[in-house]
Amino acid sequence: MEFTIFGIGILTWIVFLPIVGMLIVLLIPNEQKNAMRWTAAAVTGIQLVLAVVLLGLFDREALGINDPGSFQFVEQFEWIIVEAVPWVGKIEIMYFLGIDGLSVLMVLLTALISVIGVISSWTIQEKVKGYFALYLLLVTGMMGVFVALDFFLFFIFWEVMLLPMYFLIGIWGGPRREYAAIKFFVYTFLGGVLMLLVMLALYFSVAYTNDAGDQVHTFNLLHMMNSANFVEGSILYGMDTTWRYVAWIALFISFAIKVPLFPFHTWLPDAHVEAPTPISVILAGVLLKLGTYGMLRIMYPILPDGTVYFMYLMAVLGMISIIYGALCAMAQDDFKKLIAYSSISHMGIVMLGMASLTNQGTVGAVLQMFNHGTITAMLFLIVGVLYDRTHKRGVYDFGGIANQMPKYTGIAMVAMFAALGLPGLSGFVSELFSFLGAFDAYKWITIISVIGIVLTAAYILWTVQRVFLGELDDKHKTLTDLTGREMLMFIPLVIIVIFLGVYPGPAIEFMNASLSHLVEFVNVAGR
Amino acid sequence: MAEHIIESIFRFLPEIALTITLIAAIVADLILKERNRNVAWVVLAGLVVTGALVLGQAGWNVSIFSDTVAVDPFAVFFKAVLLIAGLFIVLFSVKSRELDHNSTRIGEYYMLITGVIFGMFLMVGATNLLLMYLAFELTSISSYVLAGFTKTLRKSAEASMKYIIFGSVSSGFLIYGISLLIGVTGAVDIYGIREALMDGVEQTAALYLAVIMIILGFSYKITAVPFHFWAPDVYQGAPVTITTFLATASKVAGFAMMIRFFRVAFVDSGTLTTPGFEGIAAVMPWNVVIAVMAALTMLIANLMALWQENIKRLLAYSSIGHAGFILMGLALLSDEGISAMMIYLAIYLFMNMGAFFVVMLVADKIDTEQISDYEGLGQRAPFLSVAMTIFMVALAGFPPTAGFIAKVYIFGATISAGWIWLVAVAGLATIISLFYYIRVVRNMFLVDPSDETSGPLTFDRSSVAILILLLIPVLFLGVYFTPIVTWAKNAVTMFGV
Repeated sequence: MEFTIFGIGILTWIVFLPIVGMLIVLLIPNEQKNAMRWTAAAVTGIQLVLAVVLLGLFDREALGINDPGSFQFVEQFEWIIVEAVPWVGKIEIMYFLGIDGLSVLMVLLTALISVIGVISSWTIQEKVKGYFALYLLLVTGMMGVFVALDFFLFFIFWEVMLLPMYFLIGIWGGPRREYAAIKFFVYTFLGGVLMLLVMLALYFSVAYTNDAGDQVHTFNLLHMMNSANFVEGSILYGMDTTWRYVAWIALFISFAIKVPLFPFHTWLPDAHVEAPTPISVILAGVLLKLGTYGMLRIMYPILPDGTVYFMYLMAVLGMISIIYGALCAMAQDDFKKLIAYSSISHMGIVMLGMASLTNQGTVGAVLQMFNHGTITAMLFLIVGVLYDRTHKRGVYDFGGIANQMPKYTGIAMVAMFAALGLPGLSGFVSELFSFLGAFDAYKWITIISVIGIVLTAAYILWTVQRVFLGELDDKHKTLTDLTGREMLMFIPLVIIVIFLGVYPGPAIEFMNASLSHLVEFVNVAGR
Repeated sequence: MAEHIIESIFRFLPEIALTITLIAAIVADLILKERNRNVAWVVLAGLVVTGALVLGQAGWNVSIFSDTVAVDPFAVFFKAVLLIAGLFIVLFSVKSRELDHNSTRIGEYYMLITGVIFGMFLMVGATNLLLMYLAFELTSISSYVLAGFTKTLRKSAEASMKYIIFGSVSSGFLIYGISLLIGVTGAVDIYGIREALMDGVEQTAALYLAVIMIILGFSYKITAVPFHFWAPDVYQGAPVTITTFLATASKVAGFAMMIRFFRVAFVDSGTLTTPGFEGIAAVMPWNVVIAVMAALTMLIANLMALWQENIKRLLAYSSIGHAGFILMGLALLSDEGISAMMIYLAIYLFMNMGAFFVVMLVADKIDTEQISDYEGLGQRAPFLSVAMTIFMVALAGFPPTAGFIAKVYIFGATISAGWIWLVAVAGLATIISLFYYIRVVRNMFLVDPSDETSGPLTFDRSSVAILILLLIPVLFLGVYFTPIVTWAKNAVTMFGV
């Protein structure tokens, strides 16, 4: 499957359009804030259109994962080629993009959340130019990670996100923004260094034979997934060796920080609370998914032995995240922090589903990634709406909002109940699949984890009661309901949440072929 | 013999061109008198001519003056890198306001810079221990003078004094080690030493002592632990232009000399097989000493940098830390490691010069070197601050800057050689380094300028142009690094190995 515009592949367009937008924003004079906003909106809007086109043309039967032939929209060019010298072979780094069932929904999610983020950013008044330039750079990084199939390229996109995020939290954030920004930065940088070391170790361990018969070291992820390409005697050669386990752990930590999985989660509440609303939306909607995506794309197929060996560890950490996140959420007074902890809990479900190494669990996990992206994005927007109006976000500061802001409350209910896992809304389906899959693999861990659902129901209902029900405070009688701009960012999300709750089939069809192939591959290669 | 000397002279043209430049600078200084700032342009022209002659040496692999100087791809690579550094330093000096404190002698300043570059050219090519020592001293002594060039400023005089004391001690170590080595092996050139070592040396204790002494002597030039103490003080006190010179060119030359010395004399070419080489290291594990030194340097420097308040001291510790990263390559006993060092050194040159140039511009404008005074600079001088941010993240090793590529290659070579503990230390040091690099960025962008200092800063076009010239390689080599890697890989070739 190929699709080009002006001779340039669609994935390149999707990834690099924001960079073009960034350059345009930088050239716009400082005073013309609206021009910058509209540029960002246009660029991310086009990106979304392209992502939808991608979805329309996507072949759902193609496997992907480790099969180079069945990736779609592939663009592969030589990027860095250093010819061989007597003491070291040819070096090859590819510009290699492509998508399969694992990434297609993530690309859509990223494009969608990016647009919504821009709409939500409309109220940013200070240093608008810098804000949108960094925002667009961030979007390129996120999108790039989801479509890169060369580890080197993946890593560059991965790290490119860091600095914009640091500035976006650190400059436009709340009172403790500096602390939150540096904490986020250090955690992720630590993960990055670990990933870099594993990447290099893999690079020196993997060599494939090219058409000319030369042994070529490569960063190509697909070549790394083929255990026959590991050079005998190299550090990661073989199966179930100590070094492979060490590499697995390093890679796991670097991704788990992003997820974030207990005990690597402590940066998240700070970052979320201090970040401006649109950045919280991006963070929860897309960035957290990068961690679990990275595990499925890189860690699972390249180190299947470690994945199988440590699957219980993953499941237990997932379980702890579910319970611990929910308990912490219940204890919060700050609405935003509450949702941040609920994110940890919900990402724990993704982890548990993935760790089951069953088809059902993995499909549930990836669907949960998508659903969590849409639902949590809504929840953060909901907090943002209240915060914009009152500059408060304590759950006890409000009450009786339902009468004053009916449209707002209606949308909030959809999001809240979707997060709670109410049947008929999207969260239910993916959580069910994740737990069902996990139950096949680990009975007790899953049973304990399900307690998390009860806790979730508790804190969500309690929050609904405290914020939306009860008596309206006099000072809140002037609150206005949602504006047109705000409706615009909620409506697509509401539609998706309801649609996928009633009829999740299409989303599952997109990923099923790839994920069942992945699960089968990991189970065969790892055991 | 005469024929040999004449032939050698024709292979020595870049150095001769530098000597002529040096003389021309003296003459120009005498003629121009009041307008002696213009000596800079004479030197600049001389450096460009030298550059052309160096490029003409591409592909040569010969030894001249009876095996005292090698003209090989390795030397040519480093000469080119040093010339780039020299050119930028001269440009910096033209823009510097700090040097006005001693404006009447500015002609001598450029002359001395030429002299140092000449000494560095000899350092990268020398294969004879005596010439190595002479070249080492030539650069050192000229550098002492340069560090104290603005002698009316107390800190500069102090820096020069400290530099002399530390320099003399370490040069004492070096000459002591060299004498022992000559005594033990009976040879003065590195090829002879290798032959003698391969035949076997009886006085192993003396040999060990000699090697340790020599390593200590080198460690001063490359600012590695344990002889790194001088660097923060001298870097802080010397004029920024000279600090930049010491942190970049001087270090590059020191590394070049060190690499050649060990690669030729202490590696057994008889057992040399790709991809690794062992030989003499098996008898005398000098590379372990180097590895430990590298690890200590990385950790100590990066930890010390965390507490610095002065940006020049911060960059001094940062540059010591980078010496640690680079030094890893030498411990690996592989050409891969050496080529990674060369890549790192070339890239390090640009990012470090860039950072120092920003420091210089800021110091000339608002007369401060305190990191706390960088607060709000992002709003007062946006372009400058963005450039500084790029240099900082490049030094920290972020993609897509060249600093990342440097780290990838040195880390990669270390992993490939199986030194996992060393690369783990390097990873840890990298994470630590993030804190202080990001602190500068934080002050520039996350803090608003205080009222009394606010107000935009403007810089003239030529300064901005120089900054852009430094930004281009830092960014370009980050996304397309084939040229530098290919060049470095082909330039590992040394005469006689």
